[in-house]
Amino acid sequence: MIQFSDITSWIHETLSGLLSPGLTFLAELVLAGVAVLAMVLVFVVIFVYMERKVAGFMQLRYGPNRVGIWGSLQVIADVFKLLLKESFAPDSVDKLLFNLAPYLVLAVSFMALAPISWAPGLQMWDTNIGVLFISAVSSIGVIGILMAGWSSNNKYSLIGAMRSGAQIVSYELSAGLSILAVVAMCGSLSVHDIIQSQADGWWIFKGHLPIIFSFVVYVIASTAECNRAPFDLAEAESELTAGYHTEYSGMGFGIFYLTEYINMLVVAMVASTVFLGGWLPFHIYGFEAFNHVMNFIPSWIWFFGKIFFIIFLIMWFRWTFPRLRIDQLLKLEWKYLLPLSIVNLVIVAFITIMGWHF
Amino acid sequence: MENQDISLPLEEQTEEFVVNIGPQHPSTHGVLRLEATLDGETIKDILPHLGYIHRGIEKMTESLGYKQSIYLTSRMDYLSAHINNQACSLAVEKALQVEVPERAKAIRIIMAELQRLTSHELWWGSCAMDIGAVTPFFLGFRDRERILEIFEANTGNRLTMNYITPGGVMQDVLPSFVSDLKTLLVKVKGYLAEYDTLITGNIIFQRRLQGVGVLPKEMAISLGCTGPTARASGVSCDVRKYHPYDGYEKLEFKEILNDGCDSWARYLVRMEEMRESIYIIEQLLDNLPEGEYRAKMKGVIKLPAGEYYQRVETARGELGVYIVSDGTNKPYRMKFRTPCYSNLAAVKPINVGAKIGDLMASMATIDLVIPDIDR
Amino acid sequence: MNREELKSYLESNFSNCQVSETFDFPLLIVPKEELLSVAGKLKNSSETLFDFLFCETAVDRNPNLEVVYHLTSTTFRHDMEMKVILEDRENPEVESVYSLWQAADLFEDEIYDMFGIRFANHPNLRRIMLGDEWQGFPLRKDYKDDVNIVTL
Repeated sequence: MIQFSDITSWIHETLSGLLSPGLTFLAELVLAGVAVLAMVLVFVVIFVYMERKVAGFMQLRYGPNRVGIWGSLQVIADVFKLLLKESFAPDSVDKLLFNLAPYLVLAVSFMALAPISWAPGLQMWDTNIGVLFISAVSSIGVIGILMAGWSSNNKYSLIGAMRSGAQIVSYELSAGLSILAVVAMCGSLSVHDIIQSQADGWWIFKGHLPIIFSFVVYVIASTAECNRAPFDLAEAESELTAGYHTEYSGMGFGIFYLTEYINMLVVAMVASTVFLGGWLPFHIYGFEAFNHVMNFIPSWIWFFGKIFFIIFLIMWFRWTFPRLRIDQLLKLEWKYLLPLSIVNLVIVAFITIMGWHF
Repeated sequence: MENQDISLPLEEQTEEFVVNIGPQHPSTHGVLRLEATLDGETIKDILPHLGYIHRGIEKMTESLGYKQSIYLTSRMDYLSAHINNQACSLAVEKALQVEVPERAKAIRIIMAELQRLTSHELWWGSCAMDIGAVTPFFLGFRDRERILEIFEANTGNRLTMNYITPGGVMQDVLPSFVSDLKTLLVKVKGYLAEYDTLITGNIIFQRRLQGVGVLPKEMAISLGCTGPTARASGVSCDVRKYHPYDGYEKLEFKEILNDGCDSWARYLVRMEEMRESIYIIEQLLDNLPEGEYRAKMKGVIKLPAGEYYQRVETARGELGVYIVSDGTNKPYRMKFRTPCYSNLAAVKPINVGAKIGDLMASMATIDLVIPDIDR
Repeated sequence: MNREELKSYLESNFSNCQVSETFDFPLLIVPKEELLSVAGKLKNSSETLFDFLFCETAVDRNPNLEVVYHLTSTTFRHDMEMKVILEDRENPEVESVYSLWQAADLFEDEIYDMFGIRFANHPNLRRIMLGDEWQGFPLRKDYKDDVNIVTL
């Protein structure tokens, strides 16, 4: 079977043969960027389509079913519509920040994709602080949201942005702490090492109850970080019309929409990497025949399967739960999730020291 | 800013700001404008501005006959169109002392209770949507549709039926009416169970409503609140019990009361009322009287000079029709005391000091229909 | 109290008011100056306890204007109607009953908007439905609007 590492090393050798080392590096950067961009856009299109179909399924309706087979081209049509619409900036907005905000948000979510390991040997940046980098970078996004809300010169936008600021800064903590539990067990921040440490079983199975708890906390906290229902207070349609992106139209709005899905992708990737073994197949210790069969399923199917599972979970929340109120939201984080996460981390540290995990 | 706390250092002083919630806003469910003064997320003051859908129905009735005026009432609280028609018809019948046939009375009550069911089902969906859950909205509309199909088959219309007229009803119901309704009611009971599983037991939903928008009993009385809004504050005010009309006195049903006073109590009262409506309809279905469906009425209705007041219980509360007649074929003055107009008064006192999200939650459970406020 | 008892109660207790009846309710016609004291008595007297103002409106009996109050009691469940007749058509003014029943807030706003009757000591009297720039009071019988009103 062709491995992704074969392809990447072939590209590297071909380019090195043609260009000087510096130019090779540059060309590879551009190639990687374009590849990720294309990949992510494809993902987003699939996610949007999936979201609408899942919503339709849950709400006793069909979802898109006119453009293409089963409405599969609906999202592409929508993207064209957004691209053709005028990106209108109202008169009294702060033009610079208003126009800059969507791009900042988008750039930040793309940055978080850098250390992700997509498949064996297919990783853009294998850094030894991979997970830390992702958590650090993904919280910059809130600056873009605050910029959008403040510069719009709209009170709804401002309230939405302020809510979003409070929310993302709070939930960053328990998201970080729940990842830290796994980091403590495997002893490395590198994405590659975390995946390799799960070769004999995913952390969610190896790590006893504390890691399962961390997984649940991570899914809750990351849903909040993505501003998805039931934590969509920043947008809160029934309260703030559209929250921080009320004043955006055309592709400005499109980029916020896109970013929401890229953030979901990042979150799903991190969750599947850290808790569900990334692209590693499902193995049961001591059950060789089964493990062998599982090894035949390509790694990308495993990885994407896990991503789609988590995305589906997040969508399921969105279409089932009512929204929290701002004080309930903050109370949930600061009074319940954060203390419990800290206690959980202590327990994990204790288990790690005693070597009780598998 | 006169509300600033000047004892604080300059950088800690906050400023109140005014947000117009409406006239176009997803959770005002119509063109209502609430001028809300906010301090951050906290509401300091609310001032409702009305009139965006004011059609002057009261003025129009003065140049129309009584029969035509009844058609206008469907357009007030369009979710209780049957009951509005019934109120007007009852007032006219009372003034003329017309005896309505038993069959017409039974059909009227069935229609009115079905209307209450549709209204509460729609309310359930939109209430959940205001709190952020979108899926119930579709379920509510699905279930309302089943009842609207019955309306459509029997009255010819779905929203503004104009089916109940002075003297009885427009036309007799279909022969399959009773069997249709029996299958429908079985379905609706299933739907109600589904509502409870989907959202009533949801912890987020309960926390969003419990203790929010507390309307104490004294305040509800003083503000003139009626309907489920007042009954959830323990005010017994069911017109069907105290001033029975069209034979409600012969039926067995209980007035749903709750002493919770908060949005959650209002939610529970409405959910329970749906079950009670089903119970009322079931009592009538088994022995729907035979006979005429309408008493003979003159082509041009002239009310004897005088003042008439007729109350009915719509899905939202007490609808009063106050007719001043001068003996001609047109009302001298017709006033509709609509439930939403009085319930709107409760929005300010129960929300001052609450968060923006609470405003939506308590507005959703008060269940305002804006055309009913503006008329 | 049933209707007859209430009527005789009103006759015996409010000697300077005129008592009559409409189709549905006993009617008490109150002089404008005594509105608040009469209404206060009706609300607070332990025999009547009219604590629920369920309807307040006005009627333009050209040239007089009438303000009509419909009262009920949540304790005794009896109803009555109370009326104030205003003779000054140019500048009608009456005391607001907001201090007794908060429901009067919105009702009186609407009456002011539609009939131009001013309510003294009302907390926030405004044109609640029509804009502030609206000319005239539409529910008055002498209101003319050739463009918007189509009479049959």
